[in-house]
Amino acid sequence: MSVADPPRHPVVPRDPPVLAPGHTAASVTDKISSVVFGKMPVWFYAGMAVAFGGVMMLLLSLTKLVFTGIGIWGNNQPVGWAFDIINFVWWIGIGHAGTLISAILLLLRQEWRTSINRFAEAMTLFAVACAVIYPLFHTGRPWLAVYWLLPYPNTMGMWPNFRSPLIWDVFAVSTYGSVSLLFWYIGLIPDLGTLRDKAKNLWQKRIYGTLSMGWRGSARHWHNYEQAYLLLAGLSTPLVLSVHSVVSFDFASGQIPGWHTTIFPPYFVAGAVFAGFAMVITLALPLRRLFGLQDFITDKHLDNMSKVMLVTGLIVAYGYLMEAFTSWYSGNIFETYVMKNRLEGPYRWLYYSLLVCNVLAVQPLWFRRVRYSPLAIWAISMFVNVGMWLERFVIIPMSLHRDFLPSSWDMYYPTAWDFSTFFGTIGLFLALMFLFIRVFPAIAIFEMRTLTPEAKVKEPAH
Amino acid sequence: MHAETRAPELHGLLAEYRSAQELLDATRRAHAEGFRAMDAYTPYPVEEIAEVVCDHHRSRVPLVCLIGGVVGALSGWALVWWTSSIAYPLNIGGKPYNSWPAFIPVIFECTILFAAFSAGIGMLALNRLPEPYHPVFNVGSFRERGSREGYFLCIEAGDERFDRTRTREFLTATGALEVHEVEA
Repeated sequence: MSVADPPRHPVVPRDPPVLAPGHTAASVTDKISSVVFGKMPVWFYAGMAVAFGGVMMLLLSLTKLVFTGIGIWGNNQPVGWAFDIINFVWWIGIGHAGTLISAILLLLRQEWRTSINRFAEAMTLFAVACAVIYPLFHTGRPWLAVYWLLPYPNTMGMWPNFRSPLIWDVFAVSTYGSVSLLFWYIGLIPDLGTLRDKAKNLWQKRIYGTLSMGWRGSARHWHNYEQAYLLLAGLSTPLVLSVHSVVSFDFASGQIPGWHTTIFPPYFVAGAVFAGFAMVITLALPLRRLFGLQDFITDKHLDNMSKVMLVTGLIVAYGYLMEAFTSWYSGNIFETYVMKNRLEGPYRWLYYSLLVCNVLAVQPLWFRRVRYSPLAIWAISMFVNVGMWLERFVIIPMSLHRDFLPSSWDMYYPTAWDFSTFFGTIGLFLALMFLFIRVFPAIAIFEMRTLTPEAKVKEPAH
Repeated sequence: MHAETRAPELHGLLAEYRSAQELLDATRRAHAEGFRAMDAYTPYPVEEIAEVVCDHHRSRVPLVCLIGGVVGALSGWALVWWTSSIAYPLNIGGKPYNSWPAFIPVIFECTILFAAFSAGIGMLALNRLPEPYHPVFNVGSFRERGSREGYFLCIEAGDERFDRTRTREFLTATGALEVHEVEA
């Protein structure tokens, strides 16, 4: 905001603060909780209406699917996996930034994570919720999915095959969803206590009071709390790395050319963080602008998030390069053809768009001026959101539509129901985000208090 | 309010301070004075205060988490081993029934799941939460500022050195803004 807001920062300081000067524990509390207790602006209702329309579209699409069958989607032989898996991987990937910010950056003592971790974690939860819809409904009969997916003693005496990456996926994603929910809720407890104390209305007091479990900020409680929080961060770190690795095993352990590569786990994890940070930027910048949270989400955050996006973008670009190199160096006719098909095949424009979105579009982030311009990085984040979706399209249907046997080659075209389900989950995600901003503090209040100068205590001089 | 026939039971004396630093200094003095049944209340975690209040005892959350993780790993392993080798052996690509390398992801996820929930629920249990009623909330200024900007020290009536007047004098001497009696 150095250009748009000259009086506050006349010159962009070399190292802008993570919390604007002049804030106290009280002012931070009042500012953040005012979003929950204040009146919502008109755009909030407008946005919620659009998002809610998306939720209705999702329900309609899923109802149609349940009554008709998955034939309403465009996937069929040879492309058995298409929008359902593209969107699943896309959403799961977006969730990863939330855990990265809340867990890994906590362990690395990155103070700037504090003001973005709460809604990034919420983003993780909602993204996982959207992701889970796809494999569940791809089964066609989600009510039977319980015994297809989960190990429980049933009258048929059947159990899942634990050697299959698909069952690993069930365990990885369900653990990830549960642990993320726990981490998010534990993080919310002290702030729910604050909301309980600030609430004027009896029902608000009761609901926040129940959710806060009677939190009173006791030093004995903080003692255990801090330990638990750190442990959850420590456990979430390998967890988040495992989740997208396991997702990539779904492909890497199959023998389809274009899937069967060892680079997939790290390449998927980097792509997930890349996509996730792009989504954090996409959501954080409008949020900070519309609620006037520039004191908490400062230029420092824009700078750091852009750098993470640039680095992970470069890792992803390296992945693309290695895919091309391996397909040439393998000397294998099928592997070579995958690359040829990407560059010259019927879907080539998607591959070129992918390179533009994920490789070219992020390069301006090398420049400081760009990293400090909210508009520029917001635009770049939108490129990345699209690019990461295209990446999954390139990997999934483009590998499947032309595999070993030319006689079984075919084209894949999504149907209107594919799109309505996809846009429906975007609506669901945004609607959940709007509700979250409305009822919970979108920035962790108690953690922001620790950034105020008054929170620094000295050891005694003896 | 009707006239009270007898004085209410006392939970303790609650002193309010201006800053985390003042609260820390007061907590240290109270600890040096020999008070042990006390608790400090801050709107955000202050490690130094927690250490004094907890008498430098370590938290038991890591132990609970470790036990949870071990139980998770063993149950995960037992699940996959028993179902794949005993209950429902399937020949998948000629692999042995107990093909343990393929079982690692599931065992790993179970370990994390159990360890995380042990840490989270263990923390709540060790803190005796949820706790619908606690006496400190009877103090108006605590309700108003406790979760916002207030720094409080409560010396509880259960402490053997507690004395209504002398403890109040002690707390005032540590620089408390105000000392409240907390009804139990």
